[in-house]
Amino acid sequence: MTIYTRRRVTNLIILSLSLFATGLGLLFLFLILGALLYKGVPALSPSIFTQATPAPGNQGGLSNAIYGSVVMTLVATLIGTPVGILTGTYLAEYGRGTWLAPLVRFVNDILLSAPSILIGVFVYTLMVVPMGHFSAWAGSIALAILVVPVVVRTTEDMLRLVPAGLREAAFALGTPGWKVVVMVTYRAALQGMMTGVMLAVARIAGETAPLLFTALNNQFSTTNMNGPMGNLPVVIFQFAMSPYADWQRLAWGGALLITFAILFLNIGARFLANWSGGSASR
Amino acid sequence: MVDAVLENTTVTANSRRQRLADLLFRGTTRLFAIGVFLLLAAVMAALLISGKPAFDAFGFAFLWTTTWNPVKQIFGGWPAIYGTLVTSLIAMLIGVPLALGVAMFLTELCPPFLRRPIGILIELLAAIPSIIYGIWGLFFLAPFLQTTVQPFLKEVFGNIPLIEFLFRGPPLGIGVLTAGFILAVMVLPFIAAVTRDVFLTVPPILRESAYGIGLTTAEVVRDIVLPYTRVGVVGGIMLGLGRALGETMAVTFVIGNSPRFSASLLAPGTTISAMLANEFSEAVGPLYTSSLILLGFILFIITFFVLAVAKLLLLRLDRQAAT
Repeated sequence: MTIYTRRRVTNLIILSLSLFATGLGLLFLFLILGALLYKGVPALSPSIFTQATPAPGNQGGLSNAIYGSVVMTLVATLIGTPVGILTGTYLAEYGRGTWLAPLVRFVNDILLSAPSILIGVFVYTLMVVPMGHFSAWAGSIALAILVVPVVVRTTEDMLRLVPAGLREAAFALGTPGWKVVVMVTYRAALQGMMTGVMLAVARIAGETAPLLFTALNNQFSTTNMNGPMGNLPVVIFQFAMSPYADWQRLAWGGALLITFAILFLNIGARFLANWSGGSASR
Repeated sequence: MVDAVLENTTVTANSRRQRLADLLFRGTTRLFAIGVFLLLAAVMAALLISGKPAFDAFGFAFLWTTTWNPVKQIFGGWPAIYGTLVTSLIAMLIGVPLALGVAMFLTELCPPFLRRPIGILIELLAAIPSIIYGIWGLFFLAPFLQTTVQPFLKEVFGNIPLIEFLFRGPPLGIGVLTAGFILAVMVLPFIAAVTRDVFLTVPPILRESAYGIGLTTAEVVRDIVLPYTRVGVVGGIMLGLGRALGETMAVTFVIGNSPRFSASLLAPGTTISAMLANEFSEAVGPLYTSSLILLGFILFIITFFVLAVAKLLLLRLDRQAAT
């Protein structure tokens, strides 16, 4: 075998392996989505949205869990977003040449990938123990802590994409610094920043680990933020691990809802990023 | 004349107010930045303080004690630490080659019009919540592995003396190996995304010159792209490792949650995060809770170092790309 044939054969093998790896990755995506549709669609019915989680063997739905997830995600986003935006603003606008900015950026990136269950433990020691009971507030705070690093990261990136000329023009008109940031830079980067918030919502909507010992779970409908509250991920966890067929069915239904909501948010965020003129996307 | 003076004072008053607002705004953003920094320190401190009673009771022996017995109040972290390390190792062994393959496909092989769609699909794999991986792993992957892959592994490796202990016991489907498999699928998109981005930083001229002197695609990747991006690729791998170490729900579903130490990959085991997820809210007694938090602290330290190294490596690449 000549060296040329050998090189060509090696090349062919490696390229096929690369193709195989990509195919495998896509296969897993479709297997998971397929399983969700296969098991989840039969479980969907109007009662899922109208009835609370049942005792085993009874009729029921997921209304309390859906409500809890929506409320806690909302509260977490409302708390986490301003914190993230202000921090991102500091990093992009005021951080240049300071010792603080690189440090915060570093810590933020670690928070971004830190195990979310440890955030749950943290909030447990901080809120659940002093208050003496599990609560939806604690769950929301735990989720808010996960929102912050995502928003910080995208805010900083998006603010940096705003052309310096725009800022300089505003400054040249005598605009005070804070007004330049709020009225000019924020406005130019708005779509990108909203993308970040959507990605953050998508991330926390499916988070289970930080809720396990903060919001815990509640099989009854409640609007009391000061007590345990049902939420989709924890319900899915409990019901899927249970031996009851009807509970498992509900778990699949919930899993289908949550996954498609998240995929929808993710794809929506991408469209938003593209639509903002393509500058925000790669 | 009088008018002009008056106007002048209002202008200065106004500009003074603006300067104050400016200072206030800058101060607020700075305050929140400091808050984010303190957040990480607070997490570490809280874990340390709450885990201290367990450390006082067991000392460093906690790290290698294999007994976890809530009834007798004896707690050792080794089964969970071992499970965490082994599942992550399996995930890396399977996930890294696959991720590199995907990155290579996306940067070198893929027709341009497919690049974005396929890239997005791979990234969507990262968006699926870990609990979904868990439920899928429990109901689909575990039975599949139990009937196909695990008997095969037992047959091939079960009689080879030195590694035979890894494949002891019946193929249960759930266990350490399955957890590693799931983790591999989960870290694949993270590593692939970073690696692809890093591959794209290679100056086109380098790549084109290599093709120009007749290198094959595989040789270009091996001899030009990989050496150029080595630091970034390792950074991406470490990022994936950080994820794998701390991943909770998917692992909890498929690992079997047995705190009894077993070296076999087919046996049920546990990881630090799975243990926390399973036992924390039901832990009775201060020592039990404290021991779990001490495990959490160990996990925090491990992931902190892994992620810090990942970050530093990627920073180095950024600087290299900037110059």
